[in-house]
Amino acid sequence: MTALKPGVNGQGLSATLPDHVRYSIEGVSKVYAGRQVLQIDRMDIRRGEILALVGPSGAGKSTLLRMLNFLEPPSAGRIRYGDFEYGPNGEAPLATRRQVTTVSQRPVLLNRAVQANVHFGLHLRGQRKAARQVDAALQQVGLAHLARQQARTLSGGEAQRVALARAMVLQPAVLLLDEPTANLDPYNVGLIEQIVRTLNREQGMTLVLVTHNIFQAHRLAHRVGFMLDGRLVEVADTQTFFEAPVDPRTAAFVRGDMVY
Amino acid sequence: MFSTLIGVPVGAALGLTRFMGRKLLVAFMYTGMGFPPVVIGLFVYLMLSRSGPLGQLNSPLIPALFTPGAMIIAQTIIAFPLVAGFTMAAVMSVDPQLRQQVQSLGATTWQTAWTVITEARIGVIVAVIAGFGGIISEVGAVMLVGGNIEGRTRVLTTAIVLETRKGNFELAIALGLILLGITFVINALMLRLQGKAIDT
Repeated sequence: MTALKPGVNGQGLSATLPDHVRYSIEGVSKVYAGRQVLQIDRMDIRRGEILALVGPSGAGKSTLLRMLNFLEPPSAGRIRYGDFEYGPNGEAPLATRRQVTTVSQRPVLLNRAVQANVHFGLHLRGQRKAARQVDAALQQVGLAHLARQQARTLSGGEAQRVALARAMVLQPAVLLLDEPTANLDPYNVGLIEQIVRTLNREQGMTLVLVTHNIFQAHRLAHRVGFMLDGRLVEVADTQTFFEAPVDPRTAAFVRGDMVY
Repeated sequence: MFSTLIGVPVGAALGLTRFMGRKLLVAFMYTGMGFPPVVIGLFVYLMLSRSGPLGQLNSPLIPALFTPGAMIIAQTIIAFPLVAGFTMAAVMSVDPQLRQQVQSLGATTWQTAWTVITEARIGVIVAVIAGFGGIISEVGAVMLVGGNIEGRTRVLTTAIVLETRKGNFELAIALGLILLGITFVINALMLRLQGKAIDT
């Protein structure tokens, strides 16, 4: 266990995370080319919650998601996940990394059939035959009829739903969503939000949703965090966040007054 | 063959990674792509000849001059930069976002690299075709290091040169047609592979 700067969390150190905590982010910062893009002193992500992260572009939201997916270690501090500690130059064991997956704003599908795309993650895990799971996932996103079609022929909304299906089929413990519905029409937005709710309710999946859209955060999330200039300004239950935010900047953002 | 075995991985590595000296290597490779094959033939000749640095070793692992082994070495050196260069370009043209998304779906480093290469498959096949085209049509280097010995190191291109010099134009033309035929058939097979790659 790496030594932690005293005073970072004030509660003392415990070797294992409490059951209801999925991630514990402790004194994490990220520096690119000498410029600090992220600095979070303390944040927990709870098991089985939908946490929305809102804030303007460049607030460090996507950087945080890459760290939560264990694709990019923090420059300082640590992220705890189960028994695993992700620190500077850290590398997550494959089994841990495979519990988390991301759906991005701009999905890049493989130049293969739709069903091959959905099967892909299972294939990486050595599951050669998974027609049933693939089918079920496509059914869930309402695209079963396109299973044999080439992925490159899909529309933006369809491609995003395939991207969601290929993540879902892995039944990850945590699903990270990076602006999943930006650029989509209302029909597809509604569909994707419904799937997100179902995953959370029926499978108890933990979801972290990065979005520009505060209305979407309001509709989906249990808790909302507001990020600005690489810092977490405030995180609160959705109702509190929208109705009685503590920080004046959060209040301005929620009102739509924030100029950035 | 050998160029493919070495060239595709090296090209992919150059396309996928960033390291110190990468630019220099790429510059060398581009130079190699435009290198006159006959100069490479000369180089291999000098290395392998009895008084050359490798010929002197008399090692059983190093083929002697005027053998098929020597020709394979020359051809490999000629085709390698072509295969590696085109593979690199193909791999680099794959959407960089794809790598991260593939990793996020739980791919290991090797699985990620392999996925990017298969996504670049059309370009990789072009690389192999370019390498093949470079060596099937090659005359100067194979003549230098192979010696054009009948039944041993005479290949279609060198036979054509010889028959033309002897005035046997009919035979030379016939050999030329055979060479064209072989090239066409092999390219057609690779295109079929490419077509399959696109469809599946």
